[in-house]
Amino acid sequence: MNFDLTADQRAIQTLCRDFAENEVKPRAEEMDAQAEFPYDLVKKMADLGLMGLPFPEEYGGAGADTISYALAVMEISRADASTGITLAAHVSLGSTPFAMFGTEEQKQKYLVPLARGEMLWGFGLTEPQAGSDAGGTRTRAELRDGSWIINGTKAFITNSGTDLSGGTTITAITGTDEKGRPEISNIAVPQDTPGFTRSKKYRKMGWKASDTRELAFEDARVPEDMLLGARGRGLKQFLKILDGGRISVAALSVGLAMGAYEEALAYAKERRQFGQPISKFQAIQFKLADMLMEIEHAKLMMLRAAWEKDNGREFEMSASLAKLYSAEVSRRVVNEAVQIHGGYGFMDEYPVSRMYRDQKINEIGEGTNEVQRLVIARLMGL
Amino acid sequence: MKIVVTVKLVPDTNADKRIDPETKRLVRTGVETVLNPFDEYALEAALQLKEKAGGDTTVTVVTMAPENGKEVVRKALAMGADDAVMLSDPQAEGSDVWGTAHALAKAIAQNGFDLVVCGTQSTDAITGELPGMLAELLGVPGLTYLRKLEIDGTTVRAERETDNGYARISAPLPALASVTKSINEPRYPSLRGIMGAKKKTIAVRTLAEAGVGQEIGNAGARTEVTGFETPPARGKGEVYQAADAVAGAQKILEFLREKKFV
Ligand SMILES: Cc1cc2nc3c(=O)[nH]c(=O)nc-3n(C[C@H](O)[C@H](O)[C@H](O)COP(=O)(O)OP(=O)(O)OC[C@H]3O[C@@H](n4cnc5c(N)ncnc54)[C@H](O)[C@@H]3O)c2cc1C
Repeated sequence: MNFDLTADQRAIQTLCRDFAENEVKPRAEEMDAQAEFPYDLVKKMADLGLMGLPFPEEYGGAGADTISYALAVMEISRADASTGITLAAHVSLGSTPFAMFGTEEQKQKYLVPLARGEMLWGFGLTEPQAGSDAGGTRTRAELRDGSWIINGTKAFITNSGTDLSGGTTITAITGTDEKGRPEISNIAVPQDTPGFTRSKKYRKMGWKASDTRELAFEDARVPEDMLLGARGRGLKQFLKILDGGRISVAALSVGLAMGAYEEALAYAKERRQFGQPISKFQAIQFKLADMLMEIEHAKLMMLRAAWEKDNGREFEMSASLAKLYSAEVSRRVVNEAVQIHGGYGFMDEYPVSRMYRDQKINEIGEGTNEVQRLVIARLMGL
Repeated sequence: MKIVVTVKLVPDTNADKRIDPETKRLVRTGVETVLNPFDEYALEAALQLKEKAGGDTTVTVVTMAPENGKEVVRKALAMGADDAVMLSDPQAEGSDVWGTAHALAKAIAQNGFDLVVCGTQSTDAITGELPGMLAELLGVPGLTYLRKLEIDGTTVRAERETDNGYARISAPLPALASVTKSINEPRYPSLRGIMGAKKKTIAVRTLAEAGVGQEIGNAGARTEVTGFETPPARGKGEVYQAADAVAGAQKILEFLREKKFV
């Protein structure tokens, strides 16, 4: 056993913490209020190499490991969850499918600019009628004269409609298998494809500065070679992507919880009632102690899952456990962080107000709490 | 061109500082060690000179620090320095500024240099004396407190901050420059830089290897800390209760005039 991070991991964490403190944190309140996508921060993260953190250097990445990636997402989310998800969705969901399933040509054409952070890409799994039941996809793609003709709708797709977005990779029914079930494949659809349109940004409770849109495909036509991975493997491939994505959602939750805890701790020392700082009241001390305990626990679970992935172990179970646990911890922590702030915590000038709103999605995105429990039960063999 | 940047490893600037009453030295255990923030400006200035000059210009970082400080030195390499020289020797413990300057001068001369760039001061001891001493010991012109630094052929051109403005100064290379915080905004080390820093060399030398004799360490110190006291807490500022904005503004103007700010 060894709980020390490597020198690289520490250096990357320190860099991300400094960057988050100096560049992200001061912008968070305004970005939230204006629901403004942070193009400048994305550019800076790209210059630092964060947007391609875990991808090989020959494809424009930095070649760092999953632990470093988790620490990076954690530190950025500690300052601002919107920026955290913009980074995490870009790496885990938008870019990883090309890294894992792309042909050499697709990697050169798409992974390289994605890893350099010059382009963003969406991951289009969810549909209005197919959420947790992701296999219930209704979007169809028909191969005609060397082109896929796509029809359907995708819902809640992150990073899909920014000025930097180059396209979205979707799941679509491309036929029926020998048992008569729908055959699902992944197709990468470039932004300028005729018949492919994006809605306006949704108005959201939290993650306001992140870009989430509905996508419509009406006879959208892309060349046959935009198929990503093997035909008929689309759902399996995307579920595989989500396994890894859970580590980054755990990191989002842990980071958010750390940020909220730190705000609450500082506020408790400052705020005086009944002639003393409220941090002197045992009731407040116990809340803070519980918050720290749960955050430490969630962080260890997150790092363990990342470590297993880095070491080529089976990590589905630990990633799912970490995602579920840290999402629930983040809820308890932001809740108590607002409680410690009293009425001020209900005001948008205090960061905990934003954190409270940003938290809920951690229990819904990339597999709801209920779906995590289903995954865990399935991995138990039940 | 060979540029050398001197750096110091200091306790995290955000941490509370404590002085050991026995040794009268700053307690460095239990506190994270970081690159002296002032030295990051020096390194940034050097890296910008290198980027401008191109060709075979190199930036070498020189420090005197215990060997376990290697990881901190790597940050300088991650920011873009080409290599580093570390003087690590238990003998160096207790060195005063003169001893440190002496040892660094030896190491820098051994490495060879056209320009040495220093920060103005360190955040731990804050003497601000090292750059001047180092220039003297290296026998080169010392251009200090610079807010601008350029190399024009074999001449250093610079702007030196003064109390009421700045002075344009220049000197032939080789030379030493110390830079202030107004000169630039230090870069973050990039991921590529961090991953690449592993492949760069940190040459660790003992004092003997650097040709430093007995002049340094506790024994060679020419100064002695005889005592220390915490400064008295700063008094509360004066609070004026102004009747309205105009009266308030007048009061502020009076204050600024009194202090000769306007
Ligand atoms: C801001 C935001 C960003 C998103 N980004 C993306 C993205 O980039 N790409 C993408 O593809 N998707 C994205 N999503 C979609 C997200 O992954 C889905 O919202 C999520 O998977 C849940 O699907 P649903 O909303 O349809 O809820 P539903 O599946 O309808 O679930 C409703 C409720 O029923 C429960 N439930 C469903 N099935 C079961 C069951 N079998 N047993 C017990 N309980 C069950 C759920 O847990 C939940 O509580 C995003 C969503 C949001 C809000």
